[in-house]
Amino acid sequence: MKELKLMKGNEAAAEGAIRAGADGYFGYPITPQSEVMEYLMAEQPEKRTGMVVLQAESELAAINMVYGAASTGKKAMTSSSSPGISLMQEGISYLAGAELPCLILNVVRGGPGLGTIQPSQADYFQSTKGGGHGDYRLIVLAPSSVQEMFDFAFLGFDLAFKYRNPVLMLSDGLIGQMMEKVELREQLPRTTYFDRSWTLTGKPDGQERNIVTSLDLDASRQEVHNQHLQEKYRKCQANEVRYELLNTEDAEYLFVAYGSSARICQKAIQLGREEGIKIGLLRPITLWPYPAKPLAELAPGMKGILSVEQSAGQMVEDVRLSVGCGVHIEHFGRMGGMIPTPEEVLENLKKLLITK
Amino acid sequence: MDIKDIIKPENLVYQKTPLMTDKPLSYCPGCGHGTAHRILMEVIEEMGIQSETIGVAPVGCSVLAYDFMNVDMVGASHGRAPAVATGIKRCWPEKFVYTYQGDGDLAAIGTAETIHACNRGENITIIFINNGIYGMTGGQMAPTTLKGMKTSTSPYGRDIETMGNPLKMTELVAQLPGTCYVTRQSVHSPRNVRRAKKAIRTAFESQKGKKGTSLVEIVSNCNSGWKLEPVAANDWMVENMFPFFPLGDIKVDGKLVNNQ
Ligand SMILES: Cc1ncc(C[n+]2csc(CCOP(=O)(O)OP(=O)(O)O)c2C)c(N)n1
Ligand code: SF4
Ligand SMILES: [Mg+2]
Repeated sequence: MKELKLMKGNEAAAEGAIRAGADGYFGYPITPQSEVMEYLMAEQPEKRTGMVVLQAESELAAINMVYGAASTGKKAMTSSSSPGISLMQEGISYLAGAELPCLILNVVRGGPGLGTIQPSQADYFQSTKGGGHGDYRLIVLAPSSVQEMFDFAFLGFDLAFKYRNPVLMLSDGLIGQMMEKVELREQLPRTTYFDRSWTLTGKPDGQERNIVTSLDLDASRQEVHNQHLQEKYRKCQANEVRYELLNTEDAEYLFVAYGSSARICQKAIQLGREEGIKIGLLRPITLWPYPAKPLAELAPGMKGILSVEQSAGQMVEDVRLSVGCGVHIEHFGRMGGMIPTPEEVLENLKKLLITK
Repeated sequence: MDIKDIIKPENLVYQKTPLMTDKPLSYCPGCGHGTAHRILMEVIEEMGIQSETIGVAPVGCSVLAYDFMNVDMVGASHGRAPAVATGIKRCWPEKFVYTYQGDGDLAAIGTAETIHACNRGENITIIFINNGIYGMTGGQMAPTTLKGMKTSTSPYGRDIETMGNPLKMTELVAQLPGTCYVTRQSVHSPRNVRRAKKAIRTAFESQKGKKGTSLVEIVSNCNSGWKLEPVAANDWMVENMFPFFPLGDIKVDGKLVNNQ
């Protein structure tokens, strides 16, 4: 029998982490994602599965606790919102450099600075282009429903361990705060086998010890390490692109939107079609690797493409890079925590792509 | 006589612990880091806990500690070793977890992580090498740099008015209920090496007994940073560092010693 529950996005992510067999969560409160840790503390997963939950003294500490737990092969998670994620960037770069798997949830709010606590998608650059120092990539998943907040905890840990790389779930205040029906999956057991090829569990007698680090002072070896990382990222690009298409079969115009914007676009498509405007949607599920190829294949059939984001226009750069010249591409977005209405989105599609 | 005739088990009076790797130490000659590494590894060997131990290296001169310490180790970012250790220990409470940190790492950039790990009473051991300077980056002022002490960023001596006072982190964390054993030692003489080793043993025993955080400060030299020859550096340390950073136990079994 299906296990259905009405949940907030943030709670679904927390329940997802427990059921995905997470070993530890380390976080620091910040709106609009505090429910993640609140839910975990109330739920006491230590009693359910043995999962540890700790409120850290800062996001700096939280991400480094994740780094410590991850270095031992444990499934570790943190969550925060924009300013807190900025604070974590050094640690995220270390995790990527040391090739440690973990799950990081960013429930984005408006910025820059302390900004606002309302939803935003303005952390796209930070998430997909490398928020910290060095040549590294995060696998970035963009949930657009409460169900996906739950499901992507599973997918996120799977990908993180498959590639030994941090996975970022890039959500936003709207998806984090809204309530929807969630179909829960069964509890996965916590891992008891640890891959001694890289994890720290204490040096077994007669075996080599392991070292987890991102440091190599020898530039030529550091370059080899970087080449290895790039090779891994290329594998991700070849194998892990995920996206969803809606009403694209007969579409003349295309929305490209992720997360909460994709939900708003769904309604805008319906409104547009009622007026006879054939609109479709490409929703990137992985923001990195970006679904460049499917987008490039769809684009030539379109009279115009509108990238809809709650930002000044960040993802639109990837849309343009994917599609190239020849197709009219515009951006529409609201900023600073403002959420566009479906009517507004449709209005702007007409203004920017049809009447011009 | 061949060397093999001399190196016989019955003639052996001292041996490098196998918990130190064969890699030549990268430290300056005379530096206290090497001795501190050795006694730490000897304690782990003597307790027979090598296979149960996970160490956390800092950023500082001992950033490569994992090249020399033959245990599973992770390199933390600058100052975050106590948080990294917390993450490990919370997920593996049955393991022995230690950090090894310099004064810049532990008492400047990582102050919050140090205090909060100690305040939560994380059941870890912190080895704190206080040389009053940033050795790694070329001798800049540290939080523990003494009043009037010259460094590359306090070239006219540390001016208390503008640069603040040297920080006694060890006394500070001893005030926290989470700490169980807090002590200050040195490794500049055989007697002090023995005492420091005993202190490290006590710290690991208290971790074994799940008594809370144990912290062993080792006041150490940095002859390169201090611009002194090794022997002169040790003399300078005795004359100048010890009066401000007095050696001895500060907290034992959760109780402050001598009205600290
Ligand atoms: C975030 C960050 N800031 C600065 C540095 C540069 N840095 C490396 S080691 C160090 C100081 C280390 O001094 P200490 O902890 O006293 O160790 P010592 O070398 O004296 O043993 C600094 C500032 C860094 N690596 N990372
Ligand atoms: S710079 Fe100072 S602390 Fe670093 S190895 Fe040399 S003497 Fe030791
Ligand atoms: Mg120092």
